Amino acid sequence: MAERENILHKVRTALGHHGSSVPEPPSPPRLIVPSWSPEERLARLTAKFLGETVRCASLDEAAAFIAARVAGRSAVAANHPLLERLGVMSLPSVRSGLTGRDESRDGCAESEIGITGVDYALADPAALVMLSSARNDRLTSLLPASHIAVVEADKVLTGLDELFTIVPDPAEISSSMVLIGGPSRTGDIEMTLTLGVHGPREVCLVIV
Amino acid sequence: MRGYLSKSLMGLRVSLFVTCLVDQLFPQVGLAMADVLERAGCECEFRAEQTCCGQPAFNSGYTEEAAAVARHFLKTFEGADCIVTPSGSCCSMIRHHFAEVFEEGSRERETAERLAAHVYEFSEFLLNVAQVEDVGARFAGTVTYHDSCHALRDLGIREQPRRLLSKVRELQLREMQPAEECCGFGGTFSVKLGELSSDMLAGKIEAIVNTGADAVVSIDPSCLMQIRGGLSRRELPIQTLHLAEVLART
Amino acid sequence: MAATFHETIHVALSDIKLQQNILTATNRFNEKRREIVAPEALPDYQELRSAAHAIKKHALDRLDSYLEMLEGKVREHGGEVVWCPDGEAAVHAVLSIARENGVRLAVKSKSMVTEEIHLNDDLEKNGIEVLETDLGEFIQQLSGERPFHIVAPAMHKTRGEIAELFAEKLGMARNDEPTELTKAARGVLRQKFLEAGLGVSGANFLIAESGAVVLVENEGNIRLTTSVPRVHVAIAGIEKVIPRAADLAVFLKLLARHGSGQPLTSYTSFLSGPRRSGEINGPEKFYLLLLDNGRSRILADAEKRQTLYCIRCGACANVCPVYRRIGGHSYPGTYSGPIGAILTPQFQGLGFESNLPFASSLCGACGEVCPVKIDIPRMLLALRRDVKEAETRQEKWRWEKRAFQAWSWLMRHPRLFEWAGFFGRAFVWPEAEGKWIRSLPGPLNAWTDTRDFPPPAEQSFRRLWRARQKQRSPGNGKSG
Repeated sequence: MAERENILHKVRTALGHHGSSVPEPPSPPRLIVPSWSPEERLARLTAKFLGETVRCASLDEAAAFIAARVAGRSAVAANHPLLERLGVMSLPSVRSGLTGRDESRDGCAESEIGITGVDYALADPAALVMLSSARNDRLTSLLPASHIAVVEADKVLTGLDELFTIVPDPAEISSSMVLIGGPSRTGDIEMTLTLGVHGPREVCLVIV
Repeated sequence: MRGYLSKSLMGLRVSLFVTCLVDQLFPQVGLAMADVLERAGCECEFRAEQTCCGQPAFNSGYTEEAAAVARHFLKTFEGADCIVTPSGSCCSMIRHHFAEVFEEGSRERETAERLAAHVYEFSEFLLNVAQVEDVGARFAGTVTYHDSCHALRDLGIREQPRRLLSKVRELQLREMQPAEECCGFGGTFSVKLGELSSDMLAGKIEAIVNTGADAVVSIDPSCLMQIRGGLSRRELPIQTLHLAEVLART
Repeated sequence: MAATFHETIHVALSDIKLQQNILTATNRFNEKRREIVAPEALPDYQELRSAAHAIKKHALDRLDSYLEMLEGKVREHGGEVVWCPDGEAAVHAVLSIARENGVRLAVKSKSMVTEEIHLNDDLEKNGIEVLETDLGEFIQQLSGERPFHIVAPAMHKTRGEIAELFAEKLGMARNDEPTELTKAARGVLRQKFLEAGLGVSGANFLIAESGAVVLVENEGNIRLTTSVPRVHVAIAGIEKVIPRAADLAVFLKLLARHGSGQPLTSYTSFLSGPRRSGEINGPEKFYLLLLDNGRSRILADAEKRQTLYCIRCGACANVCPVYRRIGGHSYPGTYSGPIGAILTPQFQGLGFESNLPFASSLCGACGEVCPVKIDIPRMLLALRRDVKEAETRQEKWRWEKRAFQAWSWLMRHPRLFEWAGFFGRAFVWPEAEGKWIRSLPGPLNAWTDTRDFPPPAEQSFRRLWRARQKQRSPGNGKSG
């Protein structure tokens, strides 16, 4: 392919390299994982996450919380086993089991609330980590105006460094990994903070 | 004769590089600096061959012309152990850019690199080398300090002038807001982009006026020239003084 | 005839409203950045900057190998790589991808690279509707302007102006409440996201080992652009490559803090190709367009190569006393602020706007805040050298060169220097009498227009010194 060779040749010449080569590896990645107790992680997460956080002592408590939140509003749930255990799928206004591309898109676009599990949560910087899969799709956490995410306490990591220690290559697992730090926001109009531009206006993290 | 240097440093021989601006326009700054250094206990020499560090040419992109002047500087100050200058920007030029104007691997570059370790800005010299904070100065009035960009960012000089000012009897120091903003001089920038330069100066003067201080102090004659030019045009009764001039007062 | 750079600057400086808008916005950015990189908030800040610089240096010094690795991985994950030597090739590639896939409508997220290659214009000319989806870019697209700032494209517009714009272009009842304006934009764009056949994005980072593109945002438009349409095209400069996903642990801690004063943006996407089997949604096709467009040329310059380390955070512009007075639109070329001042001459040639590297007081505020430690002032000085060398070769500005040659000669002859000063004092300005000068001739009146100029001192330092020394040791005529 002419353009490929054209560019690679220019780059090689610029660097004084000749021909194809494997780069010598960089020094080991700078990953410094703090040793925070689970309690400390939860404390930081709940203090710093830019959305709402709710700590539930039991699955029942979490189930009740979600049921109350969802009551009377249209919702769509990702096909996550944790949500099954919480009885989310059997709530009256919740659609679930959407596996087709188009039905998933339409279902999410029409719902006020999207309910998902997460793969991890990060304590500092506070964020949710979601890898696209059969049980956590891309759009349930994005199209509806509200997002409720459920995470198990033992999935709360210290931060980015620990995430990349455990998942050194997200591409091996999924075509998409997203870190969610809070609701959708903008300051584009006179530096005034406005929520819910394209993504959800509110995010609620339920920790069990 | 008073002396503030420690016994081991007493009589330290200092070679003055006053800068072309001070030589021709603000000689009182050079004299004040010499007075303060001598009062502290140093011995001052002035090598009459000195002229300029070459910065105007270097900043304008004329490396050859700058190198020629730098070469002359190297010759003038050959053998000097301790060169002190009242200009942050000149010190930065010598310390960071002299080597650049000479060919890599050349003898001149080596000399320049060695020399870089022996040049000091005035306040930096007092604090870091002579280890003197109090030079017995007295100045009745409020003063605000302008951080000149080269001194601040290239040389990391922020604390030294403030420490020295804090020891001046009767002097009150007020910090300006915003702090650390460029006065707009920038060498030929002041003329080539004159409107921009003036606009930046206007911001600086506003900050100075807002402190209510009687005087603005700096360690760079070029900043002082720019700031005083603006104050004078606006007929504002605020003095512009080099740090040396304040420290020289008793 | 297009305005000169100086004319443009003059116009910007006279626009009080513009000045106020830029100042307010940049003050906010600076305040938030300072807070969030302070030792209490980010104790290893300086270390992270050095680490980021080192990673970029490593990657770019081996860019050829990393590009090949990247390509291999993208293909492994089901994507396609298109190599684009210049903007035209990239636009051509997007057009053929669009045609192949029957695309009539494309949605786009904010990308400086797409500005650089003028993508939108060419797509529109070929009958493809393109919508900017970032709110600030959407506003700029509606008003037919280019972005004002890397991070805040509509920073210069008031809510009133935006309300007018939306009333006119969207048929919305005039309402300048930001929440209402945002809601209107959300409604319009949501429809487009669902209908569009193509999503075009840039990339903040390209991960060689993963074959992935990384994108950061606050609004959610990037996630929608890259998840809803069937085809996703990511366009990125070749310099965006970093070796590993783990390197993001360094960069993600710096990017949002410097760009918008947040520890993390609302969303960070790590995308490696089309939807895989088992995944419910995502694009069916993924193309990564690798753009050279002059980057390999910058790469060849070992001194200025670090220009390519830029992660487009905008922090340099926020602290630049020049940018803050003239704004993004006053800069020629795609990029503005200090990074623009060093990129544009290297992308477009020194002669494109030869004043650009000189439109700086070299205050160094930019280099001080750059998260990847690009020594911008040093780059500016190097470009000034290049400009003057080129002008000397072309025999332009000869008088200036002669002037500096004369000056240099004078500075090497101390006695003549002293005499010149003496004559200046004695004959040229006899009226000065120690008063500051109110008017200077010729080009020097650019100083005296607004400032007084110092008169020569009555006696030079060297004369005074001689007298002083004589006084102390009479009979000893030696200096020093």
